[in-house]
Amino acid sequence: MTESGGIVREAMAGEVVLAVNGAERRIPDGWTLADLLASLELDARTVVVERNGTILRDRSSFASLDLAADDSLEIVHFVGGG
Amino acid sequence: MAHADLISAATLTDPQPLVIAGHEFRSRLMVGTGKYASNAQMIDAIEASGAEVVTVAVRRVDLDRSKDEAILHHLDPDHFFLLANTAGCFNASDAIRYARLARAAGFNEWVKLEVIGDQQSLLPDTIGLLQATKTLADEGFKVLAYTNDDLVTALKLEDAGAVAVMPLASPIGSGLGMLNPYAIRTIKQRLSVPVIVDAGVGTASDACIVMEQGVDGILMNTGIAAAQDPVRMAAAMKGAVEAGRHAYLAGRMPRREVAVPSSPTTGMLGS
Repeated sequence: MTESGGIVREAMAGEVVLAVNGAERRIPDGWTLADLLASLELDARTVVVERNGTILRDRSSFASLDLAADDSLEIVHFVGGG
Repeated sequence: MAHADLISAATLTDPQPLVIAGHEFRSRLMVGTGKYASNAQMIDAIEASGAEVVTVAVRRVDLDRSKDEAILHHLDPDHFFLLANTAGCFNASDAIRYARLARAAGFNEWVKLEVIGDQQSLLPDTIGLLQATKTLADEGFKVLAYTNDDLVTALKLEDAGAVAVMPLASPIGSGLGMLNPYAIRTIKQRLSVPVIVDAGVGTASDACIVMEQGVDGILMNTGIAAAQDPVRMAAAMKGAVEAGRHAYLAGRMPRREVAVPSSPTTGMLGS
């Protein structure tokens, strides 16, 4: 959680601190992965999510996947390339 | 075959369409989607190229910017065959991770595998490439391995399970054309799997000469995207790939270092 080198601020009551694409992010306690993607305005069908090194291949599980403190998420998609 | 039929057949069709791992493709030209000035220009260029296979890269979603970078907002995956690459990966484990992420996108299990060994030349790390090819092939991936023009590496990639081998014409983005036609020809002659030349084609004549070596196809990106008029260059590349393919199939005349007149030497006027 210190990738940016900043001072780590403890999670306040009711929030969860995790890492999304290498940056710290604070979300309300109890959010699922689907909640996070919705807040980021991302369509789950066009992204791939890796959680703590494991690719989440079943998108139907996103709505029931509770995010936890210190989770590290990578959210990737296809961009232009050769 | 009647002469007219022969002409139309040669003009319109390739007697053997490109087939990789049992999948038939409608064009021998594959194109990348990087470096275009705009997404609209990219789409126009891809359409002009006639390509079916288009390569894409896997990257983090930029959470702070507009999502215009998402290629799927512009490319219809029902109309094109998306071939994810592992560009930017400098070791086998990173390349394997990117390939798995790409497969999880849900389109296909194909990957254009790059394991780069040198930042400056972008030449492949052939040892890492072989390791990653084997691992991914064992996991059911259809691996198209970007490699240098070394025959022995190409043979080993085929043994490791690659469904196509992609030797470079010259370094990625260099536009230098094919530096070693002998090596490319030799690889094509010795491999059973398709050989798709990837990287280095700078203009239409480069593409034509590559196809004249008998290879199965070409993948290019910068040669089109970095042209002054990418859409027109894409059309030129389409024509060049087809011309080179037909010239290869037609069989060129032997080279001679002496002149042979094309017109009759008899029937000349008396002086």
